[in-house]
Amino acid sequence: MTFQEIADLLQKKFGEAITLVKADAAVDPFITVSAASIKDIALYLREDESLAFDYLSCLSGVDRKGTLEVVYHIASMTLRHKLVLKVSVPTDRPEVPSVESVWKSANWHEREAYDLLGIIFTDHPDLRRILLPYDWEGYPLRKDYEVPEFYNGMRVPY
Amino acid sequence: MIETQQSQPATSRGTTLRTEEMILNMGPQHPSTHGVLRLELVVDGEIVVDVIPHMGYLHRCFEKHAEAMTNYQQVVPYVDRMDYLSSMGNEFAYVVAAEKLLKIQVPERVDYIRVIMAELQRIASHQVAIGTYGIDIGAFTPFLFLFRDRERILDLIEEVCGARLLYNYFWIGGLSHDLPPGWVEKAKEFCAYLKPNITELNNLLTFNKIFIERTANVGVLPKDVAINYGCSGPMLRASGVDWDLRRDDPYSVYHKFDWQVSVGRGEVGTVGDCWDRNIVRVHEMEQSLRIIEQALEQIPEGNVQEKLPKRIMPVASEVYARTEAPRGELGFYIVSDGTGSPYRIKARGPSFVNLSVIAEISRGAMIADLVAILGSTDIVLGEVDR
Repeated sequence: MTFQEIADLLQKKFGEAITLVKADAAVDPFITVSAASIKDIALYLREDESLAFDYLSCLSGVDRKGTLEVVYHIASMTLRHKLVLKVSVPTDRPEVPSVESVWKSANWHEREAYDLLGIIFTDHPDLRRILLPYDWEGYPLRKDYEVPEFYNGMRVPY
Repeated sequence: MIETQQSQPATSRGTTLRTEEMILNMGPQHPSTHGVLRLELVVDGEIVVDVIPHMGYLHRCFEKHAEAMTNYQQVVPYVDRMDYLSSMGNEFAYVVAAEKLLKIQVPERVDYIRVIMAELQRIASHQVAIGTYGIDIGAFTPFLFLFRDRERILDLIEEVCGARLLYNYFWIGGLSHDLPPGWVEKAKEFCAYLKPNITELNNLLTFNKIFIERTANVGVLPKDVAINYGCSGPMLRASGVDWDLRRDDPYSVYHKFDWQVSVGRGEVGTVGDCWDRNIVRVHEMEQSLRIIEQALEQIPEGNVQEKLPKRIMPVASEVYARTEAPRGELGFYIVSDGTGSPYRIKARGPSFVNLSVIAEISRGAMIADLVAILGSTDIVLGEVDR
């Protein structure tokens, strides 16, 4: 299916939950959906036979200064099409439902987004830091991040 | 070493004997974890009940560093250091993504040289994977044989770009150097040299009875689980999924060559077991040789550097490009805000995702089998931790 067909299908099915369809993006077109509906949409995309998005390639967090974005790159192995989904949440309340129950590969990607950007994935079974030490403070990939002076008594900036 | 546990007396015949569960740390410094990885094992005697991986010991803040660069080209040396066994593969993925973002078309000769380098690197990487896997299982000799051949690949690469491990060879819009005179002939000689050695490897390791006993029917990864966990590369293909990005989501000039995707068939055990993961790598080495030979024949003359402005300014946009690195799908998600430096780069490394399935396929296995399972996933911790 082409991007436009998928977008039309989603708009028909979910209506208001689809907040932006950017078909004329400079490189990759994408669809922005509301945070509350991401899990339902993900499940629909995986289960519907004409879509069959069975593979979550990549899940990334991006700090857009004021809002935090979660970007889902999904693909179908059987039908060989791809799609970019986005969810945007305010930085002061960064809560996004986890899609771990839809695609297991989201588990570690979501932990990473939590670790580096502080996005809280609700209903995640094991939301712990993954790359940084468990007692690290702050989220380094936020644009306003400042390196702490000390970590457990060790000087951090070098 | 291990605290001995008193086994509980069985209350009645027919119930399974169980001992008290205990926690055993494997790593961070453990030869079979292939780097600095700590596996927290919950074990019931010799049986693995659960595996909890703890990573991050090699975290070098790649993504944070990338945001601090003043242009896109400066990221390439950092990309080299992610999966240090396949630097060419990493550079390939990054430059493909960056060129898609900047809308640059590279000269055809560049594409051919990139494919040749990436495939040479794939062979070298699989040689390390298979060799160290042999050591994990207890076979030391194949490792020496494979490293002897890998040395010749590194010599070839060194002649082209001056480095043996971390190359900085693929540049955005081209390459740092053209091939030196006489290199194509040397590469052809190498292909002819390596072919019989793969047969030798099969006799020595792949079809060795002890090796089969240790790996067949161990750590079986079913097809649907592999897809749901996002596994890719040999790990996915061994489970019977006919999927290779070089063919199914083509980039560069891969569509011009005649080669086959190797898929696990469960020849000596079950589809998706450790042995299948190993044989897929062996077959891939043969297929890579086929691609290299064709590319060496067809390589066109021409320029290896596209004329580019000193400072590259993309429009504010974003791109995700994925390529088939030796370990699977390596993708880069690059966000640009219209300035010279990248706004955000996320690397989707195959090792990171492939490792996440380890707990799923290790439950119920013996601790010794866990070593075999972990070795067969072929992770590089430099890429897991970035």
